[in-house]
Amino acid sequence: MMRTSDLVASAARALRSNPMRSALTALGVIIGVASVVAMVSLGAGAQAQVERSIASLGSNLLIVVPGAPRGQGGVRGQAGGGGGWDSLTMADAEAIATQVDGVLVVAPSQRSRAQVIANGLNWNPEIQGVTPAYLTARDWEIESGRFFDETEERQARRVVVLGATVVEQLFPNVDPIGETLRINGGAFEVIGVLASKGQTGFQDQDDIVLAPLTTVKRRISGRNRRADTVSQISVKAVSESVLTQVEEDVNTLLRQRHRTRDGEDDFTVQNLSSITKTAQQTTQVFTYLLGGISAVSLLVGGIGIMNIMLVSVTERTREIGLRKALGARQADILHQFGLEAVALSVAGGIIGLLLGVLGAWLMTSLFNLPLVISPTNAILAIVFSGLVGVLFGAYPAWRAAKLDPIEALRRE
Amino acid sequence: MMNLIEAMHLVKLYTMGEETVHALDGVSFSVARGGYCAIVGPSGSGKSTLMNILGGLDTPTAGRLVIDGADISELDDEGLAAFRNRTLGFVFQSFNLLPRMTAVENVELPMIYAGVDPKERRQRAEEQLVRVGLGERLTHRPTQLSGGQQQRVAIARALAGKPALLLADEPTGALDTHTGKEILALFDELNAEGVTIVIVTHDHEVAAATKRTIEMRDGRIVADHMNERRSRHDANV
Repeated sequence: MMRTSDLVASAARALRSNPMRSALTALGVIIGVASVVAMVSLGAGAQAQVERSIASLGSNLLIVVPGAPRGQGGVRGQAGGGGGWDSLTMADAEAIATQVDGVLVVAPSQRSRAQVIANGLNWNPEIQGVTPAYLTARDWEIESGRFFDETEERQARRVVVLGATVVEQLFPNVDPIGETLRINGGAFEVIGVLASKGQTGFQDQDDIVLAPLTTVKRRISGRNRRADTVSQISVKAVSESVLTQVEEDVNTLLRQRHRTRDGEDDFTVQNLSSITKTAQQTTQVFTYLLGGISAVSLLVGGIGIMNIMLVSVTERTREIGLRKALGARQADILHQFGLEAVALSVAGGIIGLLLGVLGAWLMTSLFNLPLVISPTNAILAIVFSGLVGVLFGAYPAWRAAKLDPIEALRRE
Repeated sequence: MMNLIEAMHLVKLYTMGEETVHALDGVSFSVARGGYCAIVGPSGSGKSTLMNILGGLDTPTAGRLVIDGADISELDDEGLAAFRNRTLGFVFQSFNLLPRMTAVENVELPMIYAGVDPKERRQRAEEQLVRVGLGERLTHRPTQLSGGQQQRVAIARALAGKPALLLADEPTGALDTHTGKEILALFDELNAEGVTIVIVTHDHEVAAATKRTIEMRDGRIVADHMNERRSRHDANV
């Protein structure tokens, strides 16, 4: 019975005796594993990015917007039920807050866009008229200063809280708290700055000015609108488990209030956790696709190993015959050649893993994605390359083991 | 004491298309322990087939072959491998050394398959190389050795497993006359030390250097006689 150490030494000797060939053979697996690792972590990075940006919108959150859901009433806002962009009102928000169970806060908001001027600089951010509950609903934090309170909101005071991007653009080197800026010609005092949330991938969430809802309605948005309409109602549920129930209740309530039926709604309730799920599924498919394509190259690498091992068995026929004459069992020859193939592929797997991580790092920094390397995937890559070695090394090793020693020794 | 080799009515058939060839056609003989004999015959006489069967590389179609008390005709592949490893030492015409290994590593090779501990293996390999007169060439590679020296390494390799039988296939076939005689002299010495040796050759001069000649033709033994031995001194010349 051959010792394991001798088996390893003999495989190492065989691989070292033809370093160029060994390296090129391993290269097939290196490229395969590297691309699988890089592509899967790129996919995982994209997934993490999507999840992070959706989570940053707020947790346990339902967003109610005017207009029919897409894919039901045709183009949103022109639904069969009528009702355009003005279908949501402050009264709807109050009704949700008072009549739906499991609601933590309800925050109606009115969106607007206007030129903002300060220090001779101007900028065109999104302006949201909100109530203090908006902060809780959307998981915003105050970085410095303070947020406006209920009283200021009711009195339509000229105060604003700025997002980080707006501060950067309008107050590059100044503490903005207490400064004045002008929106549509009117002067507003900056009372607070929001903590940065970053990009959602679609838009810059920090490019925002928050002002009291009443202030926006009266002093910034057009005054021709119905005074009590809102462009959005954010509903935060007390926990994730009641979110679906709250969504149903909000739908039912608004249908009663708007006298619409399912399918003819003039409003849409967006459940962020279901959007997250969809996005997760999409990126997951994307990851599998990338991984699958790369796995093909690993397969090609495996075929390369099989090819070289078959050449090696043919070249070393005489050696195999001699080893058998000296007392090598079929199992010894099988193990020797099998181990060579596995050693090649595992070495390729380890190098490929390192290159793959490097590639993933390069690509994620290029696309500004988070770098996600799961240890499970790393171990899987090594195990999988080992399997490739076993799978594609088995046939050549079996051929070697089955060689007739008499024929083999006769071979020149 | 029982003979080392007991061959009883060995038959080996090969089917070539429609035709059946009797490579061995009822071969019976025995070799005593410590024996030194040559099997001679022209090509096609069946001597190579006999050697392959004696060497456990091939199995007879019929008949019984007992070597060192074990019935070879009964062994499976694994049993034959163990038999080749423990009972047998092979010496080939073309030496069959592995070119990337040093002399001592080549000699260690059969002991690797016997699972001998590396330290003991190295020591035994060195002893055998000293025994065949290559104590100064332990770490040379085959390409750095002459033909005679390479054959000595091969003999050391065959001896390293302390085999009951040394089986040599045209051991001088690839060597010049002088070197060939040196190798035969080495066989003489080994035989004097008690190693049983069987040489398969077509060369009657080589056969004459052994103690006994078994002559084959058409798959049968046609003659079996003791040789008039020249002195070891003569063989050395």
